[in-house]
Amino acid sequence: MLELKNIVYQVEENGEGIGILNDVSLVIPDGKLTVITGPNGGGKSTLARIIAGVVKPTSGKIFFNGQDITDMSITDRARLGIGFAFQQPVRFKGIRVVDLIRLAKGEKKLSSSDACKYLAAVGLCAKDYINREVNSSLSGGELKRIEIATVLAKKSALSVFDEPEAGIDLWSFQNLIEVFDGMRKNIEGSSIIIISHQERILQIADEIVLVKEGKIDCQGTCDEILPKLVGTESAVKSCGVIDLWKGGDN
Amino acid sequence: MELTDIQKKILEEVADLHKIPVGAYNIRANGESVGRNSSANIEITSKTDVSGIDIKIKPGTKNESVHIPVVISQTGLKENVHNDFFVGEDSDVLIVAGCGIDNCGSSDSEHDGIHRFYIGKNARVKYVEKHYGSGAGKGKRILNPVTEVYMEEGSYCEMEMVQIKGVDDTERVTHAELKEGARMIVHERLMTHDDQHAVSRYDVELNGEGSSADVVSRAVARDRSYQRFDAKIIGNAPCSGHSECDSIIMDNGTILAVPALEANNVDAALIHEAAIGKIAGEQLVKLMTLGLTEQEAEEEIINGFLR
Ligand SMILES: Nc1ncnc2c1ncn2[C@@H]1O[C@H](COP(=O)(O)OP(=O)(O)OP(=O)(O)O)[C@@H](O)[C@H]1O
Ligand SMILES: [Mg+2]
Repeated sequence: MLELKNIVYQVEENGEGIGILNDVSLVIPDGKLTVITGPNGGGKSTLARIIAGVVKPTSGKIFFNGQDITDMSITDRARLGIGFAFQQPVRFKGIRVVDLIRLAKGEKKLSSSDACKYLAAVGLCAKDYINREVNSSLSGGELKRIEIATVLAKKSALSVFDEPEAGIDLWSFQNLIEVFDGMRKNIEGSSIIIISHQERILQIADEIVLVKEGKIDCQGTCDEILPKLVGTESAVKSCGVIDLWKGGDN
Repeated sequence: MELTDIQKKILEEVADLHKIPVGAYNIRANGESVGRNSSANIEITSKTDVSGIDIKIKPGTKNESVHIPVVISQTGLKENVHNDFFVGEDSDVLIVAGCGIDNCGSSDSEHDGIHRFYIGKNARVKYVEKHYGSGAGKGKRILNPVTEVYMEEGSYCEMEMVQIKGVDDTERVTHAELKEGARMIVHERLMTHDDQHAVSRYDVELNGEGSSADVVSRAVARDRSYQRFDAKIIGNAPCSGHSECDSIIMDNGTILAVPALEANNVDAALIHEAAIGKIAGEQLVKLMTLGLTEQEAEEEIINGFLR
């Protein structure tokens, strides 16, 4: 179980503190798939980075299975069982797909059939990708899938995926939903957080959390929250493009 | 052929050799040839005027290799070696050179070598050169290689030059002249640590129409080490040239990149790129989220970068 208590995150701009997260308290239960959604700039990725330890909160506490991890390093949190798939995955020079998957599994050697499994799960043909460098030659969607594969390979007690569907084509999107559905079926003893704007992903959630303007707007089961979101202003706001085509004024 | 264990280890490092190589070879240890084999198409003979060998590859020789590793395990040894490669027309060969110095003593050990390549029409050469130093002695391990490459029409040459560890002082000079349609690719990887000093200079003359060169260097300077990379590409004909120096600087290292281009023909297309920076923070973060410590992440990033 992950528990965030009164998390505040502020950044300095022109000598003024701007609140990115304003007193966020949240419980992510075990054995559940929690989807965090909300408008762009609401603070979802910041929340994920705070969970993974990439940024430290200005104030507040984080507990993982009862242990205070607020001051724990990224490495120690990873070893404790927190996995994190970036919204914008990192590119390297010279590090290959197989290296990342091997490092994620924490093994010295990795059989190609083992690596294959994870790549196949994200819809990549392993033999075409396994020896590719994770560099700028990969397309955005390919990079995104490899990022997800590394987190699948890591097998964490808590896996956080930041907009995993972004940049993934329609055909593979179905495949991705099945991957998360599969993870949820075998979730026992672990939990999953997916940050997403996609209704299809919201539909497979156990819990939904709506983050807006650096605050938790509401949290509840999928059945409670989803009907409120679909068709409301906040859902439309996170789809600005559609607004435009509808002749919206923003 | 008798080699000590240290010499065998160096051979493995510089030439991936675990046993006597297949094909033509010359193994030089502590200033003497300790093993040599010529093949039907590749003849190796000693020079008479200076120390060194001539390697003659018959025209049309395909899929053959030559190994000419050098090992030095004697402290205070200084040698100067001239090797000439005559690569016949239409041949396609792999040449593996490399030099390793193990210096446990207190005097400097030094290998200065000149390699000259005369590459015939339409011939293809892949050249691999690894430099390596080991041994805990106070004496320095010094390597100063000069490489000259003369390329005939339509020839192709790919050079992989690697120096990852243990060489205290190095000055590498590479000069190439390319005729019509010749193509040269250089992939240099250099890492310096502690108080090491490394200078690498290239000047590549693109003299023939349609000739091209691609000189790419990846470098890492750690601790208090110093590196200088000078790459000059000269376009004297309609040609294309590209040089790239991509470096990671760590600790208190210094890197000086001096790329230069000279065009003497309106259709010479020359480009250079140079970048120096520390390891990207987000790369470290990604690997740390996989459970690596910061140091482990650094090692992985550098190993990948220098692969
Ligand atoms: N270091 C920073 N400096 C200034 N502003 C920041 C910083 N980090 C985050 N922000 C701001 O905080 C807000 C929340 O950003 P965050 O990336 O968490 O949003 P998000 O909910 O993930 O949005 P999206 O749906 O677009 O991914 C944004 O307005 C962003 O510009
Ligand atoms: Mg985000």
